[in-house]
Amino acid sequence: MRLEYFEMIDRITAVDETSLTAECLVPPAAGNPVFAGHLPSFPLMPGVLLIETMAQASGWLLLHRLNFTRMPLLASVKEAKLRSFVLPEASLQVHATLLHEGSGYAVAQGRITSNGKKVCEVELTLRALPFPTPDLAAMVRERARSLGLTVAEPA
Amino acid sequence: MASAFDRIADLIAETSDVPREKITPDSHVINDLGIDSLDFLDIVFAIDKEFGIKVPVEAWTQEVNAGRAPAENFFVMKNLAIRVEELVAAKQAPGA
Repeated sequence: MRLEYFEMIDRITAVDETSLTAECLVPPAAGNPVFAGHLPSFPLMPGVLLIETMAQASGWLLLHRLNFTRMPLLASVKEAKLRSFVLPEASLQVHATLLHEGSGYAVAQGRITSNGKKVCEVELTLRALPFPTPDLAAMVRERARSLGLTVAEPA
Repeated sequence: MASAFDRIADLIAETSDVPREKITPDSHVINDLGIDSLDFLDIVFAIDKEFGIKVPVEAWTQEVNAGRAPAENFFVMKNLAIRVEELVAAKQAPGA
């Protein structure tokens, strides 16, 4: 994870049409600006970044499903439950499951576990919009490859 | 069974802050009921689930934007109910 760059997912380990599993390692606290502020003398992974992590996993699932033709953007967060603290250097497993694909949007459930223990879960709605710029589309494809997804070149 | 209109009106009342009694067959979902795009997304999700369909909001929006159909065809409650009934019928048709 590179928290300050919002790069939450380190590696995608499994994906199919309706689910995705990924791994991430929370960075050490030393020198990390996020942990410097959250919280001073008690570094703790911010809950909003855990939600962001589940949103990104859901986004990668949707990108894979849509063959990278559209950009998923977070639209709503429901039923978020943050069950336990996440400390620096924790190893996280992130799971995204598609609950419904509608016209121009999708609903997914996100979950994070750490060493088999439930950490948090959420229901997310993502809009699927045309890529606002070709550069962003290219960068997303490149990032997907680096995470382990197979990406076909656009027709 | 309740009509499509009543079921959709109930879903809107449950999903948004709009009182059920304010929703009439002639209500425009956006203009009269004041539902914004995010609430409308929730309502479409609720309709998709309730009726087992996929409301083609994007295609409808394209029709309106291209001038091929008035927005009222899709977003006035009585017409929305008809569109939903058509989608349900199409899904149940043999070979669908």
